[in-house]
Amino acid sequence: MLARGLHRALDSDLYHSFTRSPLTVAAAAVTALFFGGAALAPVLAPQDPFDPATLNLMDAFAPPAWTAKGSAQYLLGTDNQGRDVLSALLYGSRISLLVGFAAVGFSIVLGVGLGVLGGYLGGWLETVAMRLADVQLTVPGILVALMVDGIVRTALPGGLKEELAVYVLIFAIGISGWPQYARVTRGATLVEKNKEYVAAARIIGIHPVAIMVRHVLPNVMGPVLVLATIGLALAIISEATLSFLGVGVPPTTPSLGTLIRIGNNFLFSGEWWITLFPSGALVLLALSVNLLGDWLRDALNPKLR
Amino acid sequence: MIAYVLQRVVQAAAVVLVVAFVSFVLFNYVGDPVNNMVGQEATIADRAALRERLGLNDALVVQFARFVGNALRADFGISYQLQRPVATLLAERLPATLELVLVSAVLALAVGIPCGVYTGLRRETWAARMILTVSLVGVSLPTFVIGILLIYLFAVILGVLPSFGRGDVVAVGWWTTGFLTASGWKALILPSVTLCLYQLTLILRLVRAEMLEVLRTDYIKFARARGLPSRVIHFGHALRNTLVPVITITGLQVGSLIAFSIITETVFQWPGMGFLFIQAVQFADIPVIAAYLVLVAFFFVAINLAVDLLYFAVDPRLRAERRVAPGGA
Repeated sequence: MLARGLHRALDSDLYHSFTRSPLTVAAAAVTALFFGGAALAPVLAPQDPFDPATLNLMDAFAPPAWTAKGSAQYLLGTDNQGRDVLSALLYGSRISLLVGFAAVGFSIVLGVGLGVLGGYLGGWLETVAMRLADVQLTVPGILVALMVDGIVRTALPGGLKEELAVYVLIFAIGISGWPQYARVTRGATLVEKNKEYVAAARIIGIHPVAIMVRHVLPNVMGPVLVLATIGLALAIISEATLSFLGVGVPPTTPSLGTLIRIGNNFLFSGEWWITLFPSGALVLLALSVNLLGDWLRDALNPKLR
Repeated sequence: MIAYVLQRVVQAAAVVLVVAFVSFVLFNYVGDPVNNMVGQEATIADRAALRERLGLNDALVVQFARFVGNALRADFGISYQLQRPVATLLAERLPATLELVLVSAVLALAVGIPCGVYTGLRRETWAARMILTVSLVGVSLPTFVIGILLIYLFAVILGVLPSFGRGDVVAVGWWTTGFLTASGWKALILPSVTLCLYQLTLILRLVRAEMLEVLRTDYIKFARARGLPSRVIHFGHALRNTLVPVITITGLQVGSLIAFSIITETVFQWPGMGFLFIQAVQFADIPVIAAYLVLVAFFFVAINLAVDLLYFAVDPRLRAERRVAPGGA
């Protein structure tokens, strides 16, 4: 069973178009590297950057290993607290990816939910949701995320601010992404709704909720997958931007953006590695995920075959 | 026509009112405005008196109406953090943001359109491919990373350009401008390049795509057959037709410039409104946040309304359709 599934997967159009594009293979490899590094951070990282006991202030500002003053102990150098930059990077990607996935998930639940409900049921729900989406789409996503983040942070009492910062961030970035999913799924739902299988399901008396979840939903999820891949890259960049601006995750649990923010203070004194390595990692990750999304969009588009 | 304009204006006003309501709720119900204004020594009677004087005991609708009335008179209260009127703070910061956005927009158009035309006409040259590849990098790098890289290269390694602030500014009435001093111009270079890069790429690719499209049409072939010089064909006939979408996109992108100026201003510590907003969020300075929200909402709605009406003026087909079916959506 499994072998047959694997065989079918390896023989599919998707797999063939994947192997034909070296850039996509490279992007997939880099993305897999980041996912693996983030997942296995506690095993791979030479040091636990969250444990103050392992930090040695005497080792602060050590340059990367290949420079004249570098030590082999710290491959990519250390920051102002003696934190190993490579370890911080591994743990940082973990938080960046976590926030990215959670934010995209939230966008999908909200957007696809409103899109299918609105498209299938119509009425005032559709009107309100689509108007909201129209209005929100006129404002850049990053600005929406910034505003929502700003409002929620201000509304929280002081003590909870640090504690809930990650959730606030996920909420803000998730809110900034939902209109795209709502529009696409509503359009697809309007098409599916008039097909015969839906009429048949309705005639034999299946509950509308069951029709939506079990019959319509699977048929409108194709484009959502493409949007979600590109959305993940966007969410990772949004997270990094907000954290860089100092309104994202707190410095105690640094994401890539927070690491760049910390390192930025030392750019002028010559310690470039503290900020440039996390910047490079962020760009590489976002670019790879974006390339995968582009490929997926073309590969799933029957018009381009 | 009038019905269409009215409908758009009403919708725009509704959006601004909703945002104003969020600001109002933030302003009045997050924390205690009275606590934020009086010191620790104030007695309960003092607080009650202030509460009455501020109108915090009135009905919600009355309070909201007063908030909107004050906002219309640009009165957003006093900043908690800086202890100065918010309207004054914003007015001081406005010139910095607008000058940055203006220079970026001009830069994006002045570089983006020629590069787009060039890459559209000379598709196969290596220079065109270079421009396209470099522009790809421009879209994929996050704004703040571009800013950091430019600072590292031009301010730290080469040491030729300043990395923060506006340089020397000259006051013209209440407006402060950096356009009149050499250091003001020097300080503008890095932030405006950072801010314009994304828009530049967008315009470049749009002009290129439109040029490729237009050059395939019959009237261009006909112009060639008439033996017109290629300069006339390319710039007089082809480019002119690509400019309508470019104008609308540019109009819409002004909003993006405002949004991304928040990031650029923070990277370069540019004393504009975006930097003020980020600082306000960090300090939970509610009056500033509320005022900025309303201002940005107003700005975006105004831009979109203007672009919508511009479509109407530019595209004669829209007008004709509406004359046939008046009152349509």
